[in-house]
Amino acid sequence: MDRRTFFKASLAGGTALATGAASCPAQARDTHPMPAEAVGLLFDSILCVGCKACVAACKEANGMPLEFSTADQYWDTPLDISGKTLNVIKAYRDGKMEAKDREENGFAFIKKSCMHCVDPSCVSACPVSAMQKDPKNGIVTYDKDACIGCRYCVAACPFGVPRFTYDKAVPQISKCQLCVHRHKDGKYAACAEVCPTGATLYGKVSVLREEAKRRLAMKPGEKTQFPRGHLRAAEEKALQGAPEGRGEMRRQGWTDDGNQNYPGVAGQYLQHIYGEKEFGGTQMLMLSGVPFQKLGYPDLPPRSDAATSETLQHTLYGGLIAPIAVLGALTFVARRNVKPEDGEGGQHG
Amino acid sequence: MADHSHAHAPRPLGGSAFTPFTLLLGVLAAIAGVILVYRFFYGLGAVTNLNDGYPWGIWIAYDVVVGSAFACGGYSMALLVYIFNKGQYHPLVRPALLASLFGYTLAGVSVIFDLGRWWNFWHIFWPGYAQVNSVMFEVAVCISAYIVVMWIEFSPAFLEKWGMKDAKRKLNKLLFFFIALGVLLPSMHQSSLGSLLVIFGQQIHPLWQSGMLLPVTYLLTAILLGFAVVIFEATLSSTGFKRQLETPVLTPLAKIMYWTLAAYVVLRVIDVVMRGALGTAFAATWQAFWFWVEMACFIVPLATLASENARRRASCLFVGAVLLMLGGFLLRINGFLVGYMTGEGWSYFPSLAELMVTIGLIAFEILAYIVIVRNYPVLPAAQPATR
Repeated sequence: MDRRTFFKASLAGGTALATGAASCPAQARDTHPMPAEAVGLLFDSILCVGCKACVAACKEANGMPLEFSTADQYWDTPLDISGKTLNVIKAYRDGKMEAKDREENGFAFIKKSCMHCVDPSCVSACPVSAMQKDPKNGIVTYDKDACIGCRYCVAACPFGVPRFTYDKAVPQISKCQLCVHRHKDGKYAACAEVCPTGATLYGKVSVLREEAKRRLAMKPGEKTQFPRGHLRAAEEKALQGAPEGRGEMRRQGWTDDGNQNYPGVAGQYLQHIYGEKEFGGTQMLMLSGVPFQKLGYPDLPPRSDAATSETLQHTLYGGLIAPIAVLGALTFVARRNVKPEDGEGGQHG
Repeated sequence: MADHSHAHAPRPLGGSAFTPFTLLLGVLAAIAGVILVYRFFYGLGAVTNLNDGYPWGIWIAYDVVVGSAFACGGYSMALLVYIFNKGQYHPLVRPALLASLFGYTLAGVSVIFDLGRWWNFWHIFWPGYAQVNSVMFEVAVCISAYIVVMWIEFSPAFLEKWGMKDAKRKLNKLLFFFIALGVLLPSMHQSSLGSLLVIFGQQIHPLWQSGMLLPVTYLLTAILLGFAVVIFEATLSSTGFKRQLETPVLTPLAKIMYWTLAAYVVLRVIDVVMRGALGTAFAATWQAFWFWVEMACFIVPLATLASENARRRASCLFVGAVLLMLGGFLLRINGFLVGYMTGEGWSYFPSLAELMVTIGLIAFEILAYIVIVRNYPVLPAAQPATR
C-alpha cells in the first residue's frame, strides 16, 4: 500500500510538473518592444558643460527640496540622485584632467536620472502596480497612493534609479517621470528645456536615435548645427509625410519655442549609443567620448531581467495550471494517508 | 504500533511560565517593541542602516527570507508523513507545526515593520492593484495563505483544549485538504523567495545568481532546513523541558536529511561550475570567503553524518543540524546582502536597533512556543529523562 501510494503520488506529481514544463515555450516572455510613440531624452556628454542648470530646473519643476553636501548650506548641492533629487550631473575625473571627454588624464560630465527602460525591472517587480509604463509614450511613472514602500523597485533597478525617503515617517519613492505633469501645459522635461547647449534633448525616441546616429557619423571637428531643447523641427519634418503636415506639433499643444539650432563642431564620439540595445533599450539615449562603464553606467545584456523573471513566473504559475495539478495530486495522496484521527494526535496507522 | 502511538499522544507539559529565561525573552521582546514604536513615528532611516544601495536589510533577508525557511519544519514533516506516508515521524509533526506557525506568522507580521507605506499593504491582495507578474506578489499572497492554512491545521490542538469535540470532528474530516495545501503553498513561496533574486540580474554576485535554478536551490534547502530545524528543536526541547531524547526517531530522519543534502550539494556545485562562476570563488573578495564558509556548512555534515553510527549519536545530529541551519542562513544572507552588488560607494551592516528588533522577534517566538507547549497538547507525552 505504502509503495503503491508513493508510486501514484510520484506519477501524479510528475504529470503535473510535465504539464507545467510543456506550457513553458508558450509562456516564454520576450523583452518588450519600444512603444511606437515613445518619448525620451538624448544626453550628449560631449556637449555638456557641467553647469547643472538642469539639476536646478528639475528641482523647481518637481517641487523637490534642496539637498546639501557642504558645511555651509548656501545652495542645493546634491552629489547623487536621492529621495530629494531626481536628476544630477556627475563629473568623471582622471589623472591630471587635462582635456574634456578623454578617458585618460581627462574629465567628462554625465547625467544621472531615470532611463525609462523599454522593459523596466521596477514595473515588473512592483507587487501593487505603483510603477507603470505608459503603453503609448513609454514614460515610467510612480503612484505613491498605490505604493506599499517595499523597495523591491529600488533593489531591482540595474541603474539604481528609484530612491526612497528613509528619513520620513510617511516615505515614498522618488524618480524622474519625464515631467509628465507638465505635458498638459504643452511643456516638456524641464532638464531639456533649460539645457543651454542642448546636451539634454527631449523628443520622440525614434527622432532622438536618428539625431544620435547623425552625430556618430560625423568626423571629429566637422562643422554642424546642434539643436537645443525639444526636437520639434525634426519631429515636424518626420511628420511631413503625414496628411497633417507642418504645424502639427503646435496643433498638439506644444508651445512654439522656435528654432534654437546653433552652430558647433562634432566631438570625438565613441561609436556607441548607450541605451539603444542595453537591457532591451531605454528611452534615454546617451553619447560620450569616455566609456560608459567609467561614467557609472553598467554593461548590460540586450535581454531585460524583467523578461527572465516573468518567463520563470509564467512557466510555474501561468493560468495556475501547475499549482492546481500539483494540489490535486497532493490532495489525492493526503486523503489516503491522513486518518481522521490524526487531529487527535498520533493515532496513525 | 497503535500502543506506541498512544504513548506519544500530545499532552500539555504544564509548569510555570515565569522563569529567569522567559523573563529575559520578555525583556528582549519589549525592547524590540519600543524600537518599533520609534520606527513608526520617525521612519525607517531613524532606526535602520538602510540606504538606496541596500534598500533591503536584515528585516527582509533574515526575518522573512531566513526566518520563513527556519520555519519549514512543519512543511518538511507534513511532506514526509502525509505525502510519503512515513507514519513513524508522526509525533514530530505537531511540535514542528507549532514552530512553523510562529516562525511564519512573525515573518509575515515583521514585513509590516519594513514596509515604508505599510497602511497600503492590502493593495497586494486587491484586484486592480495586485500585479501578478511580480515575484513579490506571489511570495506575499502565498505566505499569507500558508499562515491561514497552518492555523487551521493546528486548530485541533486548541479545539481539543477548549473541549469543542464537534468542531474538531468536522475539521478532521477535511484536514487532508488543508494538509495538501500546507505542502503546496510552502513549495511555491519557498522557491519564489529564491526567484526574488532573478530580476536583480547582474547585481547579484555570480556565485549566487543561479537564474532559473534559484527556485530549485531555495526550495531544496528549505526542505533540508525543515529537517534540520526539527532535529534542532527536538534536541533543545528535550534538554530544556528535561524530557527523554527523541534520538530513535531522529536517526532515520537524519538519513533522509542526509540524502536531501547530498542532492543539494551536487546541484549547487554543478550550477556554479556550469555557469562559469567557479573562478570568482578563488578571488580575494569577501564574497568568495563567505561562499566557502557557506559551502563548508553544507559539506561538513555531508561527511560527519555519513555513517549510521554517527546518526545515532545525539551530539552528532545536533551539530549537523546546526551547521545546516547556518548553511541555509548563509545561502540566503549571501544572496540578498553579501552578494548584492549595486555599484560602488554603498555599504550596509545592520544597526544595533535593527539587530535588537530581529533578536526581539526571535525571543518573542521562543517565548510563545514555551507558553503554548506548557498549556496546549503539542509535545508527545513521554517519561521524564531517566539516567
